[in-house]
Amino acid sequence: MAFVNWLKRHLVVIAGLVTLGYLLLPNIVVTVFSFNKPKGRFNYEWQQFSTDAWRDPCGVADMCGSLSLSLQIAVWATVGATVLGTMIAFALVRYRFRARGAVNSLIFLPMAMPEVVMAASLLTLFLNMGAQLGFWTILIAHIMFCLSFVVTAVKARVMSMDPRLEQAAQDLYAGPAQTFLRVTLPIAAPGIAAGALLAFALSFDDFIITNFNAGSTVTFPMFVWGSAQRGTPVQINVIGTAMFLVAVLFVLAGMVIGNRRNRQKA
Amino acid sequence: MATVTEVEAPPVAPKSADKPPKKRGRLVPYWLLLPGLLWLVVFFALPMVYQASTSVQTGSLEEGFKVTWHFQTYWNALSDYWPQFLRSVLYAGAATILCLVLGYPLAYLIAFRAGRWRNLIMILVIAPFFTSFLIRTLAWKTILADGGPVVGALNSLHVLDVTNWLGFTAGDRVLATPLAVVCGLTYNFLPFMVLPLYTSLERIDGRLHEAAGDLYARPITTFRKVTFPLSMPGVVSGTLLTFIPASGDYVNADLLGSTDTRMVGNVIQTQFLRILDYPTAAALSFILMAAILIMVTLYIRKSGTEDLV
Amino acid sequence: MTNENSGDVRLSGISKTYGSFTAVHPLDLTVPQGSFFALLGASGCGKTTTLRMIAGLEEPTSGVVSLGDQDVTNLPPYKRPVNTVFQSYALFPHLDIFENVAFGLRRRGIKSVKKQVEDMLDLVQLGEQARKKPHQLSGGQQQRVAVARALINHPKVLLLDEPLGALDLKLRRQMQLELKRIQTEVGITFIHVTHDQEEAMTMADTVAVMNAGRVEQLGAPADLYENPNTTFVANFLGTSNLIEAEVDSRSGDDIVLKAGGGKLVLPVARCSAPATTGGKVLVGVRPEKISLTHADDAGEIPAGRNRITGKIADSSFIGVSTQYVIDSAVCPEFEVYAQNIDRDSRLVPGADVVLHWSPAHTFGLDAAQDIDAGVETAEEEAA
Repeated sequence: MAFVNWLKRHLVVIAGLVTLGYLLLPNIVVTVFSFNKPKGRFNYEWQQFSTDAWRDPCGVADMCGSLSLSLQIAVWATVGATVLGTMIAFALVRYRFRARGAVNSLIFLPMAMPEVVMAASLLTLFLNMGAQLGFWTILIAHIMFCLSFVVTAVKARVMSMDPRLEQAAQDLYAGPAQTFLRVTLPIAAPGIAAGALLAFALSFDDFIITNFNAGSTVTFPMFVWGSAQRGTPVQINVIGTAMFLVAVLFVLAGMVIGNRRNRQKA
Repeated sequence: MATVTEVEAPPVAPKSADKPPKKRGRLVPYWLLLPGLLWLVVFFALPMVYQASTSVQTGSLEEGFKVTWHFQTYWNALSDYWPQFLRSVLYAGAATILCLVLGYPLAYLIAFRAGRWRNLIMILVIAPFFTSFLIRTLAWKTILADGGPVVGALNSLHVLDVTNWLGFTAGDRVLATPLAVVCGLTYNFLPFMVLPLYTSLERIDGRLHEAAGDLYARPITTFRKVTFPLSMPGVVSGTLLTFIPASGDYVNADLLGSTDTRMVGNVIQTQFLRILDYPTAAALSFILMAAILIMVTLYIRKSGTEDLV
Repeated sequence: MTNENSGDVRLSGISKTYGSFTAVHPLDLTVPQGSFFALLGASGCGKTTTLRMIAGLEEPTSGVVSLGDQDVTNLPPYKRPVNTVFQSYALFPHLDIFENVAFGLRRRGIKSVKKQVEDMLDLVQLGEQARKKPHQLSGGQQQRVAVARALINHPKVLLLDEPLGALDLKLRRQMQLELKRIQTEVGITFIHVTHDQEEAMTMADTVAVMNAGRVEQLGAPADLYENPNTTFVANFLGTSNLIEAEVDSRSGDDIVLKAGGGKLVLPVARCSAPATTGGKVLVGVRPEKISLTHADDAGEIPAGRNRITGKIADSSFIGVSTQYVIDSAVCPEFEVYAQNIDRDSRLVPGADVVLHWSPAHTFGLDAAQDIDAGVETAEEEAA
């Protein structure tokens, strides 16, 4: 009876942890199989422990090239989408203007559209314009679909900002430019950073839109896709594991620093 | 700062306080909007127009395509590919429901029960994003492999007998069946359900639970009458963020499914990139877009959450 | 601050409308250099809009704002020698206390701010907290930072927008005295917006009572209280008993009025309405000015006092005084505050009593006004 009661009380926790396990299971598999030494071309079955792939992560033809291309595109897409999106977010929150509803819809629609539809229609445009598919078409597409997400993230932050802070800055002799640089931007920074991070992740990991608009250029997700047909090198798992670890360490380090700073000040 | 002080906003133009006092600032919002909106118009809205026009063209790759208002393409596309459309809706719907059922306890756990573990769990939910989703989806091939531990367990628990009977699986296999595709879709879009749910759950004042308990509501009643209704915004945006991308996805169907599990995304991709039948591909894409927009609009109307952006 | 009048604030005909809503009707107001001036009124009366027009955060629809001899109407806020203590303070959350206070100096290009900021923080007793972030301070400390941040710029005028609204009662009392002390010390003109009538009366030399975008009455706190000109002021500042009466006759400096069955006397000087014989006037008296005598002792009441008979409807003991509600023919809810010095045990609900007060404590108002103006708003604010 005591056990049943305990179970009842912790049912939510158990169910939540099961879901968390479901979310993490593939990452565990990816990590474990990064130490595999597969027999054939595919790395789906466990054979024997080996650190070969970790010692030679770029040992597969073209993989690291595609990885660096993906990183480049992600960086530029992040910059572009963050700048344009932040501007739109400020305009939406801080100013009244006509056609507000239309602007809001135009920003909402890309998020409510299956990727394959955007991918296909963008390709139609590029084909009609006779554009050379490659780096630039990928970058254009990535900025396009990241933009709305940046707007949403920045808008939330700017909306929760007290307009009196900017008025206080003006009251304290800061002109419009100074007010923006010294008060508005620093306070909106977490929202902008969140938007930028999201844009980076979306761009780096995008496959569907890229697959349609890349031509013969190969980004990292496209390399993985291709290898799923031709044979999956263990190095893919090495990259996947490394990215996961880097992300976790990055966030943990940020939290530790943040905590320490708070403790010092308190 | 608990006291709410007098808010002396004039009733007519409450936002006017934010405006700079100078009149020359009138054009600023337009300059701020211009570059971004131009981008969206040229690379999002305009392509839709091109696509619409492509869908009513006829011709061939060699001779070029011309607009002939050939609406027959739509009819042909629908009659040829209705099973794929139906599958898309069914698989995406199933994945959405599974995401809600699996994601809600996790979001609830993070919002109310995690205590000092909250940040760690949040990181664990988000961090997998940084491993390419294709790599993670491929991992399901290993997990669900024929004769592997998962299939073995399902077999000895006679779950596979049930799913076989329902047509979700075939024989001793999970891989290359609808179950595998739905499982992959659920996995891929689960974070998109958990995060909005968490955001709206986190906003709920914990005292409301106590108040409900104080007013004779059992925990399950508190959930039904207080927690769940208050989390509706999260449920709505979570289901949209799951259903929309899932319905257009072709990666899971391709990697984890078989030719019998092809979804409309697979068809569009094949028509566009392999067969190069642009009109049919454009028509299919247009139908998918229209279907999604209609469904989303109806859903938002019904659930009464207009302001999702 | 060479010129003696350089800190005068002069508003000439300024108004503010939003679409069809008029927040402030054309208003003329002069706040002399060095005074502590309060704008008092309920929510939406236009007091904050007026303050924001002085600060430059709101553009007047019409009129001129001058500081001393300078017309500042078209100057943006960052070019006006005026600083504001904002409602809920608006401290910059990303800067520490030191940088918050130094903000104005730095924007004006002053390089060595350390000494000034430290002195200022010492003045508001926050020297130890210089490197903390605003959210780490208590409400009262944040309030003092907001004052320091504004005062360090030596503005000609300091504007305070409900500066104490977010503090609890005890701290508010303490800060009222503190602000008053600082004002006396620095000698800068303070314009203080508040909905709390006690706060306005405690701190300000001059109070302007605003209602629906207009200044109802302006004067020293005691004047406003003792001699209100409108029913709104009479009811909003403290409590007033208002009786509708008919002018019977004039005798010297007094007006004799008929109310119910009896007669009341009102000094001409204290009547803000034209009192023609046969016309109506509202007679007012403050609850604490009234004495209460049991009907059996009515003979002992000195002659020459205004009297009204009634029955005690309710009494509540609140420590320093007892508050009675009297049901009388002229007014169904007459309020009387009696000091608890010698309590008459016969004064319980149901007892017949005579209310009496000196004619000198009576005031007269125009009967054309709403007799309850300001009552509800005052109660809402108190809630």
